[in-house]
Amino acid sequence: MLILHCPYCGVKGEETEFAPGGEAHLARHGPGSTDDDFKSYLFSRKNPRGVHFERWRHASGCGKWFHAARATDTLEVYATYKAQTLAPPKQVLDIIAKKRPGWNI
Amino acid sequence: MKRYSVFAVAREALRYHTGWGRAWRAPEPKKKYDVVIVGAGGHGLATAYYLGKNYGITNVAVIEKGWLGGGNTGRNTTIIRSNYLQDPSAAIYEKARSLYEDLSQDLNYNIMFSPRGVMMLAQTQHEIRGYQRTAHANALQGVTTEYISPARVKQLVPIINLDGPRYPVLGALWQARGGTARHDAVAWGYARACSDMGMHIIQQCEVTGVRSDNGRVTGVDTTKGAIDCDKLGMVVAGHSGILADMAGFRLPIESVALQALVSEPIKPCMDVVVMANTVHGYMSQSDKGEMVIGGGADGYNNYTQRGSFHHIEETVRALVETFPMVSRLKMLRQWGGIVDMTGDRSPILSKTPLEGAFINAGWGTGGFKSIPGSGWGFAELMATGESALTQAFSLDRFAEGRFIDESVAAGVAH
Repeated sequence: MLILHCPYCGVKGEETEFAPGGEAHLARHGPGSTDDDFKSYLFSRKNPRGVHFERWRHASGCGKWFHAARATDTLEVYATYKAQTLAPPKQVLDIIAKKRPGWNI
Repeated sequence: MKRYSVFAVAREALRYHTGWGRAWRAPEPKKKYDVVIVGAGGHGLATAYYLGKNYGITNVAVIEKGWLGGGNTGRNTTIIRSNYLQDPSAAIYEKARSLYEDLSQDLNYNIMFSPRGVMMLAQTQHEIRGYQRTAHANALQGVTTEYISPARVKQLVPIINLDGPRYPVLGALWQARGGTARHDAVAWGYARACSDMGMHIIQQCEVTGVRSDNGRVTGVDTTKGAIDCDKLGMVVAGHSGILADMAGFRLPIESVALQALVSEPIKPCMDVVVMANTVHGYMSQSDKGEMVIGGGADGYNNYTQRGSFHHIEETVRALVETFPMVSRLKMLRQWGGIVDMTGDRSPILSKTPLEGAFINAGWGTGGFKSIPGSGWGFAELMATGESALTQAFSLDRFAEGRFIDESVAAGVAH
């Protein structure tokens, strides 16, 4: 059972309170982009065995979307952070680097 | 290889069963093979088997990082059916189901195929329409299914509760020749037959890199050294993304955990497979008497082969309403497997951007039932470069928008 912390309303809850939303920080490719970019945006995913940045929604709480850094091989949640960013913030990367020496994004 | 038969059993009985040989050899890898298959699960071994049987390609190695059939082949709920809506799916799953019919004879290995019938319950108005549509589609595809009434459901499954408060049973899609098989035996039977053809099955050998030259695959790096090959088949289910990354391309696949559990063994009470897609639960009774229960997949990426406890709770809670007797059962054990889900919930059997490398992945929650058909089609694709069975499942369908949309057709239990 994952324990997630909502960065908006501050509530810490079990995963049943949240809804997963897939990989975070995807750059949007819309009309006018190449077929390859559009396909990658829609379907291709990193799907790493290790650190995964992903979207979650506080579905049974404040309803807001936020981001989480989580390990897919240990199920450890490193940190959650607000969605108004295009890349994981430095303090989140620092937390991960401390727990996984040698890891880089 | 010694053939298994009633005479072999009698002969061995007379000498205290001391004469049974190993079912397959455990050789050291050679420097080079014509074909290397990565992943000795059902799909990988079936591919190797049909490469040898149908195309005479026997200089083949199947390499496996763990043990044979230890991934999803040994973790599923062993259901076999082919009642799919879309034509390409129905074709490959029905090919698989029909091969399962006499696979025991073909492999000289008892896979315990039990065509006991698969019933998919319609518990909402939407499902009634959906399953009637599937039944009509199956009639056109030559797959024998029928839509049956609640009275017939009760007749086939006496322990069912037809008028539960939340999920009444309104009808069902019935495939009489669907059923179950012994999942481990499928992998073991194929492995034995492959080994008998001279193929090498190399266990505990992890692939650490894919070697290529000028856009063409030349071999793989493994924990047992480099192995050269002309053609590479990647058949590693949940870990497809990692292998594809080594080969230099990305896949439209995400890996999530799917769970199953079994109860304590009880006397025979249900001799068909029942799936309830609205509530994400399915159940059958094994030959040992355990109720084998499968549930829904987690919604987030996961490589740990264990899932969330609340999914088990949801599955069992829903099944208790439809099968009240389940409430008195103790559950024995629970486990998870990592399934590879594609955007349209249909598999990928395809050439890849790396020439000479082929991928068979994305079976998601529907891998076991398709093993013989998948191996048959994928072997044809690898040997000849094209296959009518796998054509629609190519990797470029995502760029072309040519989806095989079974997520709509089949819901979760797939």
